[in-house]
Amino acid sequence: MHTPPRARDSDWEGVRLHVVTGKGGTGKTTAAAALALGLASGGRKVLLIEVEGRQGIAQLFDVPPLPYEERKVAVAPGGGDVFALVVDPEEALLDYLAMFYNLRQAGRALTRLGVMDFATTIAPGLRDVLLTGKATEAVRRRDKRTGRFVYDAVVMDAPPTGRITRFLNVNTEVAGIARVGPIRNHADAVMKVIGSPQTAVHFVTLLEDMPAQETLDGIEELRAAGLPAGGIIVNMVRSPLLSDDDMAAAAGGGVDTARLVLGLKAAGLDEPERTAEGLSAELVGHARRVALERNVREVLERAGLPCYELPLLPDDMDLAGLYRLAGELREQEAA
Amino acid sequence: MAVGAQAEPAALDADALIDDPRTRIIVCCGSGGVGKTTTAAALGLRAAERGRDAVVLTVDPARRLAQSMGLTELDNIPRPVPGADTAAGGTLHAMMLDMKRTFDEIVEAHADPDRARQIFANPFYKSLSSSFSGTQEYMAMEKLGQLRQSDEWDLIIVDTPPSRSALDFLDAPKRLGRFLDGRLIKILTAPAKAGGRAYLRLLGAGFGMFTGVVTKVLGAQVLKDMQTFVTAFDAVFGGFQERAEQTYRLLQTQGTAFVVVAAPERDALREASYFVERLDRERMPLAGLVLNRVHRSALPELSAARSLAAAETLAQGRTGSAAAEPAEGRGLTEAALRLHADRMRTIARERRLREHFTSAHPAIAVAEVPAQPEDVHDLAALRRIGAALGGGSAEAGD
Repeated sequence: MHTPPRARDSDWEGVRLHVVTGKGGTGKTTAAAALALGLASGGRKVLLIEVEGRQGIAQLFDVPPLPYEERKVAVAPGGGDVFALVVDPEEALLDYLAMFYNLRQAGRALTRLGVMDFATTIAPGLRDVLLTGKATEAVRRRDKRTGRFVYDAVVMDAPPTGRITRFLNVNTEVAGIARVGPIRNHADAVMKVIGSPQTAVHFVTLLEDMPAQETLDGIEELRAAGLPAGGIIVNMVRSPLLSDDDMAAAAGGGVDTARLVLGLKAAGLDEPERTAEGLSAELVGHARRVALERNVREVLERAGLPCYELPLLPDDMDLAGLYRLAGELREQEAA
Repeated sequence: MAVGAQAEPAALDADALIDDPRTRIIVCCGSGGVGKTTTAAALGLRAAERGRDAVVLTVDPARRLAQSMGLTELDNIPRPVPGADTAAGGTLHAMMLDMKRTFDEIVEAHADPDRARQIFANPFYKSLSSSFSGTQEYMAMEKLGQLRQSDEWDLIIVDTPPSRSALDFLDAPKRLGRFLDGRLIKILTAPAKAGGRAYLRLLGAGFGMFTGVVTKVLGAQVLKDMQTFVTAFDAVFGGFQERAEQTYRLLQTQGTAFVVVAAPERDALREASYFVERLDRERMPLAGLVLNRVHRSALPELSAARSLAAAETLAQGRTGSAAAEPAEGRGLTEAALRLHADRMRTIARERRLREHFTSAHPAIAVAEVPAQPEDVHDLAALRRIGAALGGGSAEAGD
């Protein structure tokens, strides 16, 4: 039985559709999955949607490849459920034909002719309106008996930053093919959710120049289209272990190896002089990287959005790691 | 020195590859965010500075990397890269692909002006030429074919588009072909050609059913646009398919070398695996794997476990009864040891991932590029990466 969720402190209370985007390699899918787990914790029900057919969610949750069907993939801390769905545009189109026009048979025939493939691939915006349509349908879906929303939140692992605005702005995109008619109406219904305060678009980035710049460009583009920017999730952040003074000295190349030698002797390690030299080289590299990251962080703050940070985990990403990231997002009130 | 230099598979020698005059095309492929463009640019710069007339064809590069090569806009014209050292007699040009313009040019080359105008105005063409996910791949290959044919450069280095999946890049031409050829064309042009109707009857589907669905769902205008599009395109398409096949064959020739680019991360290496298998199946010549952003240590003999244990000893000394001892250097040393332990764990993880890959693909040569302490956006940094690829020892960075 699904019990209504408790109120909680979150920056996104009232948001029911979380769209997660990011440059390739930033860990967009991982962040989306962690957010879904975080949102589900404490007895909520969350749907995690994948739209690019990569089966990244199945790999993360260590389950067999997911079909076009909502399946439970994880139990959240404190007893919530994460369901996952891989949306296939052709199947979504068949669904759509069946749902609104009772045309499933005709749809199947058209699939054989390659029409569905054609339509979902090159008809302007049709593919995107089908994918976003599936997400917004899940957001609006209510239990027939209780009248309550079936999902407390929907998280979408969306296309990368460079394509996100065009992907979400289905209204403008379908204008090329349909000025009136059912597709147009469908697009309007999608935009009612996506353009509303019920939706937030989060950007996943690393503390590196290129992803950060792309994030800022993406936010600007999104805002220009009148779509709701959410938060910035900074992924793979190293924890600062050095004091500010030591950090500054190391960044300038000036590590006090004499102090390291003393420390190493106290720790009882062999060959303290040689070890100190090696450690010193690593400290300098680390400090330079951290200094660079500090600049990037300042650049990101210019966007004026809430920033959340996920730690760099030393081991391979696994379920335990995912739960840890979900906990971080809860603590920082992103979920 | 590289950690774990034992159990090394064959090393990819990029210098041998770029110095060989028979190498005419290098294709860099791999999943998004692994440093494909950087690798392509670094190979191009190194080749030029070793005497080749090289051109780097990039698709959607990061702004600062593009700027480092003197590229400011998508304009389809190879431009000389300022700052490349031409002392060895080579040259370096670079260009950014303008996929829409490339597409327009093909249409113009194959259709009379009237028909071309008709095609350009069609909403389906607009979508196909600007946002269809396979178009970028297709146009990159088209441009590659053009550059090769012009014979102005003796080495072309292509950076493939950041595809949804690594395989898109090989599939795109065929996918595009599937739309613009065959059954669908016959159906959509059915009202114009009696053969189309017969074909539909043969399939057991009525033309009325088809038009019925499309009209109902999309509207009558859409059907008309679709028909105009395929009819207009039909005439142009023969040339298209032929060119796609030519380029495909060009990729299979001796003069081409594929370089698969990855980072030492699970997803990137999984994609790299797919790619290697796929290239093999398609009989595409694979030179090897470039593994970017590999971490190194200046102190490989101090293990993560020992480093962490030593850090713990220092931490206890600070808070425990021995706090009276001089604390000089303890905080700094503890931090350094913890950082070192993290680094060693990262190195161990990366090595495991690499071994996983090489045991599945033992014949694939690998070149490692150390993680750079700073982001790559100038020629000096590209040169350092080129040196690492060429087997010269690059500065171990971060």
